[in-house]
Amino acid sequence: MAAITMRNVVKQYGDGFPAVNDINLDIADGEFVILVGPSGCGKSTLLRMIVGLEDITSGDLFIGDTRVNEKAPRDRNLAMVFQNYALYPHLTVFENIAFPLRLQKLDDAEIERRVHGAAELLELVEHLGRKPANLSGGQRQRVAMGRAIVRQAQAFLFDEPLSNLDAKLRGQMRTEIARLQKRLGITTVYVTHDQVEAMTLGDRVAVLRKGILQQVASPRELYREPVNLFVAGFIGSPPMNFIPAVVSAGELNTPFGAMRLPDSRSPELDGKDIVLLGARPESFDDAAIVSDAVRDHGVTFEANIDVIEWLGNEQYAYVPYEAPDDIRDQLADLERELDSEALRTQLVVGLDTASQIAENSTASLWLDLRQVHVFDPVSGFNMTARDVNVDESAGATAV
Amino acid sequence: MDERTTLRQKALWWIAGAAVLIYALFPVAWIVSLSFKSAADLGNRQFLPADAVLDNYEMILVGDAQTLFLSALRNSIGIAVIATFLAVLLSTFCAYAIARLEFPGKKVILTTALAVAIFPVISIVTPLFNLWRHIGLYDTWPGVIIPYLSLTLPISIWTLSAFFRQIPWELEQAAQVDGATTWQAFRRVIVPLATPGVFTTAIISFFIAWNDFVYGISLTSTEAARPVPAALAFFTGASQFEDPAGAIAAAAVIVTIPVVVLVLLFQRRIVSGLTQGAVKG
Repeated sequence: MAAITMRNVVKQYGDGFPAVNDINLDIADGEFVILVGPSGCGKSTLLRMIVGLEDITSGDLFIGDTRVNEKAPRDRNLAMVFQNYALYPHLTVFENIAFPLRLQKLDDAEIERRVHGAAELLELVEHLGRKPANLSGGQRQRVAMGRAIVRQAQAFLFDEPLSNLDAKLRGQMRTEIARLQKRLGITTVYVTHDQVEAMTLGDRVAVLRKGILQQVASPRELYREPVNLFVAGFIGSPPMNFIPAVVSAGELNTPFGAMRLPDSRSPELDGKDIVLLGARPESFDDAAIVSDAVRDHGVTFEANIDVIEWLGNEQYAYVPYEAPDDIRDQLADLERELDSEALRTQLVVGLDTASQIAENSTASLWLDLRQVHVFDPVSGFNMTARDVNVDESAGATAV
Repeated sequence: MDERTTLRQKALWWIAGAAVLIYALFPVAWIVSLSFKSAADLGNRQFLPADAVLDNYEMILVGDAQTLFLSALRNSIGIAVIATFLAVLLSTFCAYAIARLEFPGKKVILTTALAVAIFPVISIVTPLFNLWRHIGLYDTWPGVIIPYLSLTLPISIWTLSAFFRQIPWELEQAAQVDGATTWQAFRRVIVPLATPGVFTTAIISFFIAWNDFVYGISLTSTEAARPVPAALAFFTGASQFEDPAGAIAAAAVIVTIPVVVLVLLFQRRIVSGLTQGAVKG
């Protein structure tokens, strides 16, 4: 087991395109770190650079105290689980798991012992004699994990290991991976584009955008204190709402009326004409059922609700609104980067399931201003975020 | 779908299958039966020989036609094996490059291979005959093997490169991460996966070389290089008034045997489903 340290790591392809740009990241011994971002953000490339399947253009990569930039994959002693499992189809499950041990030229008794140990841990004992072709998706996935854990490697690397499984199995395997990692206490780097995996598995999550590290923080902090528009929009589902607001005399004029932010949420607004207010769906509620104790912390406004989605444990209301063209374009750009498409500017509002608001009606909504973020539309910076997480996250750069 | 339709469909499939089998195998059966007929029996207008005899086999293996047939058999085996070996060796390298590497002219190679296969054999054989006579390749093994390569190489390159493209090359990287050197990854993971494809290709190109007639008869003149399909045309009966059909049939049966044996031996290795299950599947 070992720590993994990246210092100014850059990956540049032949055409000069930097797929990974100036990454600084310290992964402590035994830590579970998630690399997350939309497709093409460089997260898989970064992982393959750690394992040695991609060359590092510049910068330094340390595993433990050793610089490994020039080392071949086999000399790095890392175990990797590939997205499509990469099992050896001509070998049985036993031989698949034993493959790395055979290469280490261990004696048969030791191989037998270790493979059985791994098989028991992963409940693969009765499948040891079968070929991968005869296994289900979940079983193949476990074989791939088995091959990784028999190694007693310095660290585990996962490249979207669950993306080929169906939703139910994915949930189970996610828990299984978390349990395994806790039990083995081994340094783990896990690449995913799935938010749920990112939020639930990691000790820390590193958000990447176009090869640049945006923020490294605990899932909780990432959700509560995103450093910029990108992170705010990427983390959370449904995503955070961004509402354009015109600054005038200490007030913010939004399409839903003027708002005056509480002191804790009031950044320096001098010289800014327009800002973006960020509010998560759950910061809203039906004004009719907000308790009087908190009502004063927020603002109440009228809105036209066109669609309501009732999901049992929660419900979402959709409120379309008009925004100035340039803001609208910018939000559309952001959406595109996040792998989704904004057809219209709308608020997604989380309502208490007790709320009786009907579709196609005008309702009175309440927004908790204590949970609002203020973003600079030009730089994308979160002006309300405390600076601590930028320092803490070892060189996380914001755009 | 109720059971009656399934039954009827089943019956129809059986009938259609049987019809195809009879259509394909009847001539073969006839040749087998012909090979057991005595000379007097040949024109008896019956499917089965009146009295099954081994005269014809005797004639080609130990009798008058022995030198003609056995030398032809030796030529056929030698030439077909060498042509197959060369074709597989060259096409493996070529297909590996086409499947794995990015280089300019990749398409050109594939198209050229196809273009070579398009040329009718008969249109090349006359110029080749003249050329071979001038440079001394006429009636030699290399003189037959080289044109055979023009038949076997294109199809080998095409089948092998299609096969190599299906191999999940990510396995090579997985093996390297698991601690293998480049060579170990190739030998322990890629070679076992590529073997069935190479075998299939070898068998196809062996059949092509083994069955060729036009090059065999045009580019040879003596027992030095003449293969079996060509030699069959030179069989004569016991006297010049006798029909050699029986002997030809017997020789045809004998040359079919290696083909059948090859298919039976290697059909398990030609299982193309071997690569299934490596990836998601």
